[in-house]
Amino acid sequence: MSQIFHRSANTIARVSIFGAVFFIAGLLLVFGEVSRSPWMTEAHVAREQPIQFSHERHVAGNGIDCRYCHTSVEESSFAGIPPTKTCMNCHSQIFANSPYLEPVRDSFRTGRSIQWTRVHDLPDFVYFNHSIHVHKGIGCTTCHGQVDRMPLMWQESSLQMEWCIDCHRNPERYVRPRDAVFRVDYVPPANQVEIGTQLVADYQIQKLTSCSTCHR
Amino acid sequence: MDEEVIAPGHTFSTVTDKISAIVLTRKTSLGWYAGFGFSFLLTLMLFASVSYLFVKGIGIWGNNIPVGWAFEITNFVWWIGIGHAGTLISAILLLLKQTWRTSINRFAEAMTLFAVACAGLFPAIHTGRPWLDYWLLPYPNTMGVWPQFRSPIMWDVFAVSTYATVSALFWYIGLIPDLATLRDRSQSKTGSVLYGMLAMGWRGSAHHWHRYETAYLLLAGIATPLVVSVHTVVSLDFSIAILPGWHATIFPPYFVAGAIYSGFAMVLTLAIPIRAVYGLEDFITMRHLQNMAKVMLVTGLIVVYGYMIEAFMAWYSADKFEVFVPYNRMTGPYAPFYWLLLFCNAVVPQTLWFKRIRNSTIALFIIAIIVNIGMWLERFIIVVTSLHRDFMPSAWGRYAPTFWDWSTYVGTIGLFVALLFLFVRFLPMISIFEMRTILPEAKVDEDLRVI
Repeated sequence: MSQIFHRSANTIARVSIFGAVFFIAGLLLVFGEVSRSPWMTEAHVAREQPIQFSHERHVAGNGIDCRYCHTSVEESSFAGIPPTKTCMNCHSQIFANSPYLEPVRDSFRTGRSIQWTRVHDLPDFVYFNHSIHVHKGIGCTTCHGQVDRMPLMWQESSLQMEWCIDCHRNPERYVRPRDAVFRVDYVPPANQVEIGTQLVADYQIQKLTSCSTCHR
Repeated sequence: MDEEVIAPGHTFSTVTDKISAIVLTRKTSLGWYAGFGFSFLLTLMLFASVSYLFVKGIGIWGNNIPVGWAFEITNFVWWIGIGHAGTLISAILLLLKQTWRTSINRFAEAMTLFAVACAGLFPAIHTGRPWLDYWLLPYPNTMGVWPQFRSPIMWDVFAVSTYATVSALFWYIGLIPDLATLRDRSQSKTGSVLYGMLAMGWRGSAHHWHRYETAYLLLAGIATPLVVSVHTVVSLDFSIAILPGWHATIFPPYFVAGAIYSGFAMVLTLAIPIRAVYGLEDFITMRHLQNMAKVMLVTGLIVVYGYMIEAFMAWYSADKFEVFVPYNRMTGPYAPFYWLLLFCNAVVPQTLWFKRIRNSTIALFIIAIIVNIGMWLERFIIVVTSLHRDFMPSAWGRYAPTFWDWSTYVGTIGLFVALLFLFVRFLPMISIFEMRTILPEAKVDEDLRVI
């Protein structure tokens, strides 16, 4: 009776057993990486908008405070996108003839809302409240990144639940004084944890991680 | 004793010839095609039912608000229970050095695997959002959330997946020397390559055998506590709840006994026809059938003890909800099923006390089928009668299965039988090498050894 398997089968068998371990481990690694990658979360991807609105120009260039446009951020769960009227406060005079601003003028004339593309879009089973975070000393840039350097808006963070939970478990790493919440140039100090721990106590920040905090 | 385990006159080669011929040389019979074809059709019905379930949602089943669990869990526990006899035969009887297990362990293990495959389907599909079942696995996810380790449903995931893995390993390790035999006897190139790959270069050296036996015994030692704990975990799904009729501390041992009871019934249901069709009376002798009948009788009595204790403790508790449970079972809307259950599980098997009954394959076959039905009813009664009437009369309801409940259940029977047909056709259904060890010529004569 002849040999069933050629000698090369030895190598194939060894490689396949040895390789299977790496293959499975690699697969798990790739799965973990992909599910956190910007490809899945769309973080760091600048979105097209109906109007090329630049936060960089308006915040860094003109020095407008965040609350000038996002008016309800301190009172409401929803920070709000400014209505056309807010734009027209200035742009009825400034760049009044710019072709880039035609959609704004059109919206003002017709009363049809500008169809902005939402960049930070949480699923509807998540209840997020802006005002509580602002009041407890969480600055805009902590979650939204350096908005003053974004010509077009993009999502800075993954917005995945582990990202939320990380801060809710360790708020002292991210909290800042209330009067610095809207400062886009705020840099966390070297002794952040020390100051943060004090602020957590001062602001009576509860480390809320129960389901009903967000999933109401 | 060993003479009865295998008919006299067999040698190493006749045993090997006879068992390997079923796989290698014998012509595939028309009956096989018919049986496999029919069971495959039922499997297709299962696929159709599950597809429709995924499309429409679990509302196609008869489950409702008081009875949130019904057929799916009944079938799950029933299938898991059936699987347990396979492990009992292969592991526990090995530890107890029972040589009569030899000729039935292979297909009992196969039965375990296929029953677990059918069982594992139900927890997966009975969830409302089956595509999120992987959330039951503890893996580092982007939600920062882990499963709840205090839920026995969670333990089910671990129990059943471990059980399936260990059973598969145990079965496969047991197959390796036989796969080598098939490799060497196969007349086709494809056959020898396929069996050769599966045999993983088994040469049967003393080293091989020494390690093989150690590994096999270790696995048997692992599988034994596993089989007890798996069905215990399954029973905890119920007994951890506060429901009268579920919250009973007797459930773990009583469920395990029931599992072995129904499992042995299924082994008999399968062994009797297989033995007749493939002419294996030499290997699966009346002694095997009688022993299995005895195990069935013993575990059946434990189960009957369970029924009595359940009813007694309900009365003894003096808790009006507990007292109501047996009352409802005996006189409520599901009373006919309860009495049928007692008839199937407690009355009929008592005939097994008589040797004349144990000696008749037909009687054993019929009793085994009755026990299978009875054990299905037992799970149905435990699940549904406890749920449909509990603490609040305003939350009392009824349960009636729909067509899709039935088609899924019958479909899993089809899947089980189809897998068994494939197994019987492509793998040795009796362990060839273990059969060879129980032959008289494998015994070392103590007197001769002195020379």
